[in-house]
Amino acid sequence: MASSVPSIEAIRLTKEYNSFTALDNLNLRIEGAKCVGFLGPNGAGKTTTLKIFTDLIHRSSGKALINEFDVHSDKKKALAAVAALVETPEIYPSLTPREALMIIAKHRGVPSDIRNKKIEEALHEVHMEDWANKKVGKFSKGMKQRVNIASTLLNDPEIILLDEPTSGLDPRGMSEVREMVKNLKKRKRLIFMSSHLLSEVMDVCDEAALIDHGKLLVYDAIQNLTSRFSGGGSVLEVGFASPRVDNEAIETIRKIHAITSAEMLDERNLRLKFVGNADTQAEILSELVSLNLGVNSFKTSSSALEDVYLNLIKENV
Amino acid sequence: MCICGLAANPEVQNFERANNTVPTSLAQCGVQAQFEFLNYLRSTRFYILLAIMATIGITIMAVMYVYKPSTSLSSPMAFYSVWWGTIVNLCVILTGIFFGADAISTEFQNRTGYYLLPNPVRRSSIFIGKWIASFFASAIAIGFYAAITIADGAIYFGSSIPYQLGESFVFALFYILPILGVSFFISSAFKNNSYSILVTAILLLFGFNYITPLITALSNSEPWYVLTYGAGIIPNVLSPSGYPDHQVMIAGSTSYYATIPEGLAIMFIYFVATTILGITLFEKNDFN
Repeated sequence: MASSVPSIEAIRLTKEYNSFTALDNLNLRIEGAKCVGFLGPNGAGKTTTLKIFTDLIHRSSGKALINEFDVHSDKKKALAAVAALVETPEIYPSLTPREALMIIAKHRGVPSDIRNKKIEEALHEVHMEDWANKKVGKFSKGMKQRVNIASTLLNDPEIILLDEPTSGLDPRGMSEVREMVKNLKKRKRLIFMSSHLLSEVMDVCDEAALIDHGKLLVYDAIQNLTSRFSGGGSVLEVGFASPRVDNEAIETIRKIHAITSAEMLDERNLRLKFVGNADTQAEILSELVSLNLGVNSFKTSSSALEDVYLNLIKENV
Repeated sequence: MCICGLAANPEVQNFERANNTVPTSLAQCGVQAQFEFLNYLRSTRFYILLAIMATIGITIMAVMYVYKPSTSLSSPMAFYSVWWGTIVNLCVILTGIFFGADAISTEFQNRTGYYLLPNPVRRSSIFIGKWIASFFASAIAIGFYAAITIADGAIYFGSSIPYQLGESFVFALFYILPILGVSFFISSAFKNNSYSILVTAILLLFGFNYITPLITALSNSEPWYVLTYGAGIIPNVLSPSGYPDHQVMIAGSTSYYATIPEGLAIMFIYFVATTILGITLFEKNDFN
């Protein structure tokens, strides 16, 4: 079986609408098994980028490559191993989810002997088995989005392009989509996902690319980003089961190796800055637990990414 | 600040590629046609069109029964010339409006293109697949009208059906090609169904029909570049007095009738030209 590294690459990718430049010489290469969040304010060029990579719009200049194939001159090869969900697609209203998935399965060349099984699995994954034979035209926006998401799971794609995939879903649906993305990560897929929800990116992505005014501002691992742009350290949020962290305890925490600052956000949550990597993070957790302060949550701070995001956007204005 | 296009720690791992082989573009046309046709068969518009054709047929049937026009009932040829020859071109145009006018624009307006396009399938395959489905839906509608025609003819003439009706039926099916070509082309030019349907309906129902006599009258020349002129072979082949001459002088002015090869050529050229233009437009348009 063929073995290689999936990749997507934008080379001086530009999209102009009359006098408006939606994408401005975007250079970005992503490869390997990871989830990359694509962040930026409204109108930054996120959806435009994903639309060019999925042949929904044409570039003005530059190249959009998937697995080294140009999307526009060699679309079938470029998208052969890709599943994409851009905005909120509509499905022919008189078709059922099973039929709608069958079109995609056939277009993508899912072998006929496993096609039905793949469709059933995809329907199961998005909890739409009970609706499999009802016409899509009667579905709510959230239900349609579930079918759309199911369509991205059909051919076990190497690369998944998602444009705000939780848009239109209720909180349960949003949570399920995030779990699905995490599961795809476990299967060693390359996921490129635009979102304006920083917490979502923090939750599921390994790396983030920030874009504004059609230009790439930065692309790096999230931990590196928060470290580089938050005064030389990464930021953690620690939660405690009961409000028993007094000043003495905070002083003790500050003395833990690699921690540069510690401040209470409220009576149960503490914000820590530290210098180090994932191993350092594990050591800090171990030390905190040994202090018997009732630690009940420990995560990289989403507000740290928010700070990075806002700083970069501000600098770019 | 570092503005880099490569992550600092790209994690490179081996992958097991999915064992999918993307079908040929021809096979994908078939897939698209299959589901588009299913969509048409389940659509209200398909049954509305059949109802319109049934209404036309029943109306003519009633008029024949009540008034018993001697000319029309003088021979099977005269009967089918009126029943079929005067109406079928309108029926073909209606199929173009029902199954072609918004076929492509709907991909933009109703956002179904967002579901289909981000797949390893060419836009031209989607276009052609949709076109094939529209052709079969249209052919069923024309076949339905032919069945009503023959059923009424059987009342008066039994099984005596002139072979020219068969010719005319084949020409009518052939006429679907350019009609869908034109309607798909117009549909590709718009991202709004209302405009697309309106322009198609005006052009097919009125535009061509007014252009032909106007050009002939003003220029006294053969309107060989008008689609409906070529489609004149469909009723002409059923003319009770035989196929009309190419040029006929009537009251000092010349009337032109396309010969059968000329009519087929005009329809074929329209079909090819408009289909190429339609595919080209669909390939170029952005889904903004």
